[in-house]
Amino acid sequence: MVLVLALGDLHIPHRASDLPTKFKSMLVPGKIQHIICTGNLCIKEIHDYLKSLCPDLHISRGEYDEDARYPESKTLTIGQFKLGVCHGHQVIPWGDLDSLAMLQRQLDVDILITGHTHQFKAYKHEGGVVINPGSATGAYSSITNDVNPSFVLMDIDGLRVVVYVYELIDGEVKVDKIDFKKTSTTASAH
Amino acid sequence: MLAEVGREDEEKWLAEGIAGLQQNAYYMGRALDTNNLRDALKYSAQMLSELRTSKLSPHKYYELYMRAFDELRKLEMYFKEETRRGVSITDLYELVQHAGNVLPRLYLLCTVGSVYITSKEAPAKDVLKDLVEMCRAIQNPVSGLFLRSYLSQISRDKLPDIGSEYEGDADSVIDAVDFVLQNFTEMNKLWVRMQYQGHVHEREKREKERNELRDLVGKNLHVLSQLESVDLVMYKETVLPRILEQVVNCKDDLAQYYLMDCIIQVFPDEYHLQTLETLLGACPQLQPTVDIKTVLGRLMDRLSNYAASSGEVLPEFLQVEAFSKLSTAIGKVIEAQVDMPIVGAITLYVSLLTFTLRVHPDRLDYVDQVLGACVKKLSGKAKLEDSKATKQIVALLSAPLEKYNDIVTALKLPNYPRVMDHLDNETNKIMAVVIIQSIMKNNTCISTADKVEALFELIKGLIRDTDGGAFDEVDEEDFKEEQNSVARLIHMLHNDDPAEMLQIISTVRKHILLGGSKRLPFTVPPLIFSALKLVRRLQIQAGDVGEDAPTTPKKIFLILNQTIEALSAVPSPELALRLYLQCAEAANDCDLEPVAYEFFTQAFILYEEEVADSKAQVTAIHLIIGTLQRMNVFGVENRDTLTHKATGYSAKLLKKPDQCRAVYACSHLFSVDDQDGIKDGERVLLCLKRALRIANAAQQMANVTRGGSGPVTLFIEILNKYLYFFENGNPQITSSVIQDLIELIMTETQSESTAADPSAIAFFNSTQRYIRFQKQKGGALGEKYEPIRV
Repeated sequence: MVLVLALGDLHIPHRASDLPTKFKSMLVPGKIQHIICTGNLCIKEIHDYLKSLCPDLHISRGEYDEDARYPESKTLTIGQFKLGVCHGHQVIPWGDLDSLAMLQRQLDVDILITGHTHQFKAYKHEGGVVINPGSATGAYSSITNDVNPSFVLMDIDGLRVVVYVYELIDGEVKVDKIDFKKTSTTASAH
Repeated sequence: MLAEVGREDEEKWLAEGIAGLQQNAYYMGRALDTNNLRDALKYSAQMLSELRTSKLSPHKYYELYMRAFDELRKLEMYFKEETRRGVSITDLYELVQHAGNVLPRLYLLCTVGSVYITSKEAPAKDVLKDLVEMCRAIQNPVSGLFLRSYLSQISRDKLPDIGSEYEGDADSVIDAVDFVLQNFTEMNKLWVRMQYQGHVHEREKREKERNELRDLVGKNLHVLSQLESVDLVMYKETVLPRILEQVVNCKDDLAQYYLMDCIIQVFPDEYHLQTLETLLGACPQLQPTVDIKTVLGRLMDRLSNYAASSGEVLPEFLQVEAFSKLSTAIGKVIEAQVDMPIVGAITLYVSLLTFTLRVHPDRLDYVDQVLGACVKKLSGKAKLEDSKATKQIVALLSAPLEKYNDIVTALKLPNYPRVMDHLDNETNKIMAVVIIQSIMKNNTCISTADKVEALFELIKGLIRDTDGGAFDEVDEEDFKEEQNSVARLIHMLHNDDPAEMLQIISTVRKHILLGGSKRLPFTVPPLIFSALKLVRRLQIQAGDVGEDAPTTPKKIFLILNQTIEALSAVPSPELALRLYLQCAEAANDCDLEPVAYEFFTQAFILYEEEVADSKAQVTAIHLIIGTLQRMNVFGVENRDTLTHKATGYSAKLLKKPDQCRAVYACSHLFSVDDQDGIKDGERVLLCLKRALRIANAAQQMANVTRGGSGPVTLFIEILNKYLYFFENGNPQITSSVIQDLIELIMTETQSESTAADPSAIAFFNSTQRYIRFQKQKGGALGEKYEPIRV
């Protein structure tokens, strides 16, 4: 069992002052094995904060990130799963599922994690899963009107991944769960 | 060397003294055993003669004294037994006075006196009065102090206190007090006189020696505090005035500091509170070298703790006007001690503020009064350069923040920024960061423009360059951190009322635009997004606000435009371009076509004139296309102009693969699902064909320059775009066009030169797998996919 935290679009300090306190108290060092961040942190303090939660940190570059060293996209393998991360402003139309599926084919990954729209999404389709963890700070977005702060925790176990989404709605943290099982056919494709 | 010899000599003298003392003690013991009173007195007097030495330091003298003390206990026991056997205590009292030397005689007298009191043959007060008077005979400071200390020791449990078995007549409750006070006064005089003995250059050594003896004097105050007869009235009318009289008159800084502290520590809080005026009245009369700030600090600490101990005592504080008394006293002390360093004065104000915050948390006027007094003290001095004083000012300014956990309270204090003005630039900034952190930590919302104005006045050291502050000296990392904290702060300035919120935005804008080119890239974005949030709120409420309402999106867009313009002049074109695009989208949502067009124009101008880096261009063009794709406010003409420009920019990117990707992204500009007007299949195909041409060109270029491996992945990406529009129902995209592309890619991937790109092959494989999946899915789409072979 491996826990992977996926989050992004914090937009600190451009659009939010900090992560919600409730999230901060949930995210403690030592529990998470990997962090995947879609980008737009935007500053070093936040990078350092994430690094303090878990040293294995994978970040793709958002259009507001000051650190130019983050790659446009990145892939990594965790257990039986191949994961890809990309901020998503490069994929037009923004947030469009078919276009994201194309990126997923291009990166050749089971799970694609993107951001930019500030709206939590998790789609299962024939090629795998496309996840958008939303904005961890609930930052303003021109794409989404009412943004609730959210992040995603993935529990990867063998061929199974359970995606937990944590959303802060009116000061309360709501948790939702999505199950995804990788079929042996896609597994053998690699 | 000399000091070494001195110490050796002293050891020798002490050894001699102890030997003499022990020898006589031995004979005294034998005499006691054989019941020989005459011999016992003779040897005890000889034993006590060893205490007449003036060669020993107080430390060594104490050692000798303790040995004598132990021996005297035996003698006292013997006297007690004698009286029980019928010997008259008055006779004994007379007898011991035959001792030849005065010091031994007095020690013996005190010892017999102790038994005399116990026998109750004479009133305790008479015996004690007699003894305390006779001790005057010893004027050598060290031996006098120890003798009186002995008197104090043997009499402690025999004082004619209220409730004691030695209590005298009803009107004599003061006798015990009188006795202790008198002994205290005499001891203090001896103690002070020590300072004036010996060589002038040994002053420091003497002070150290005196310090070792201070508890002998202080013990008397402790005894007083334990007396039943010392109630509040007695303390107020007799004890305190007499102690203070001695403290003030002795004019000795060591004694004054120690005794003031001792008074504060040994007597109850309640007494201090009821005698504040008397106690504080003594302070300005003390020597200027006395560390009065520590003394007063401790007094205020005690009183603060007392106030915190129980809510019931608070009315007492109000009744005696503790605050104004302390405040006045501090003022007088600072005035009297002209040489007091500034740090001393500020430390006093910190103590007073701590007291105020604990005792009168509701009295903001008191808090401001303390700050005001501090400002007065600091006036005339521009900036503080004393680091200790600076530290105290930071403590002074931090105390209200910690107490109230709320900057809004501090913003109500007119003197707060005035105190801050006296900090040096560096500390001023640190304090400003502390203020911001306090707001963050407590999640304080600053909700009016007035408060925002006051807050920015407080943190102005971060907002703009201060006079004389050379920018080059600032560490870049520190600067970034400071400015980021200002950026975060901007999100804490909020009001639900749109009109007030607009006021807040205008106030922030006014201040941050003074920040100069280094600060704007940090401070403008949060302001823009704060304003965009307001626009969003107005847009949702739309309908109930008319054109002439005080707060309209249009007005806000005007401010936004001017603010981003200032940022682009920095220059910071990439950030400004992103913000223009955000505004364009917001204007789109508000249905303001000309405004949206203006923002796009600004973004395009920046792109053309300022964004030079090829990588930055790629990101910028994707943001332009992505935003434009979402716009629905534009009429045909405006839309054409903008899409034409965007496509043009795309084809002019430096690298062919970037060109190709931007151009195929542009295809989405001609096909927007939710708009019937924009579904131009022909122009979609044109874009894709153009992308293909660029991919071909890239392929050829790679062949020529690198002799092989071209970006075949571009073809696969375009194939995927074809599939996208094919599924979308674009009539121009036919299965045969797709088939041709698949064939092309197959040839490319199978050629020797490209076989080395596994990621392209994986991409192609997954695309083929996708096509097969769509074919198998059946239905209308499956049918459509039917002719395609993979």
